Amino acid sequence: MDVAAAKMIGAGLACIALVGAGIGIGNVFGSYLSGALRNPGAAASQTTNLLLGFALCEATGLFGLVIALIILFT
Amino acid sequence: MKITPMEQFEIRPLVPLHIGHYDVSFTNQSLWMFIVVAAVGAFLTFASSKRALVPSRMQSMAEISYEFVANMINSSAGEAGLRFFPLVFTIFMFVLCANFFGLLPGSFTVTSQIAVTFALASLVILTVIVTGFLEHGIGFLKLFVPKAPLLLLFLLVPIEIISFLTRPISLSVRLFANMLAGHTMLKVFAFFVIALGGAGGLLAPLSIAPMFLIIAITALELLVAFLQAYVFAVLTCIYLNEALHLHDHH
Repeated sequence: MDVAAAKMIGAGLACIALVGAGIGIGNVFGSYLSGALRNPGAAASQTTNLLLGFALCEATGLFGLVIALIILFT
Repeated sequence: MKITPMEQFEIRPLVPLHIGHYDVSFTNQSLWMFIVVAAVGAFLTFASSKRALVPSRMQSMAEISYEFVANMINSSAGEAGLRFFPLVFTIFMFVLCANFFGLLPGSFTVTSQIAVTFALASLVILTVIVTGFLEHGIGFLKLFVPKAPLLLLFLLVPIEIISFLTRPISLSVRLFANMLAGHTMLKVFAFFVIALGGAGGLLAPLSIAPMFLIIAITALELLVAFLQAYVFAVLTCIYLNEALHLHDHH
């Protein structure tokens, strides 16, 4: 196989990282919502952790993007 | 028409300058870093110059940002962490303003360069290491030894060391990749509008759809810009907390 073509396929495969990021973000917000509906009083104090968890999850998907860029542009 | 979503991250020298073999030109990157620092400095100086008992709007904004960061440090690193308020506040304000200024049309996103974010992240990690050794001496190395049975330690200690060493990478790549991805996405959708509008006929009215999407994505990017500055500052606090208190909570 041509190296250029293999690079394209590899960059596409790096996008699979988004599966994990999607599951993670869904899990973060889903768990927060179910917890918040059970105990609304404690919900406000956990927004910091919610946003932190969201940002950490989202970042793992973006590492996939960085890998794709490294594959494409080196 | 050629689609060039990555062109916006190109660094162009404004004032070419070479010292020996090194290229130290004044670039659009340096220009926007100056603008960000000047904006933050001017805002805080101007807002706190009057110091009224009943704060004006500007003064309230400065006070809110001060209290926000102070509370963040206090809740994640405790009283001892407040020593590092100047560092965390500077990093937070710089990253926040750089992210927001990057969203202005025609501007340059300083934080979309890995060189900038990695410099910030390594500054944080070096502060953590120096603080840890100053506070606990050689006992700082206990950070890598969690409370566990002896046999498990052979596995856990390397994991702890690797996770500590990857922190500057994950800290910098998170900010850089978020900014890069967001701005690339905006440009790609902008090209959809132009391509659909240029296609003519029935396709031209369809170009409204990606335009509304751009507005929605810009709103999301505003959230991300704040969130990433916040996460960067919170993680700085958490790392400092470990250096100050090792594994026990404050």
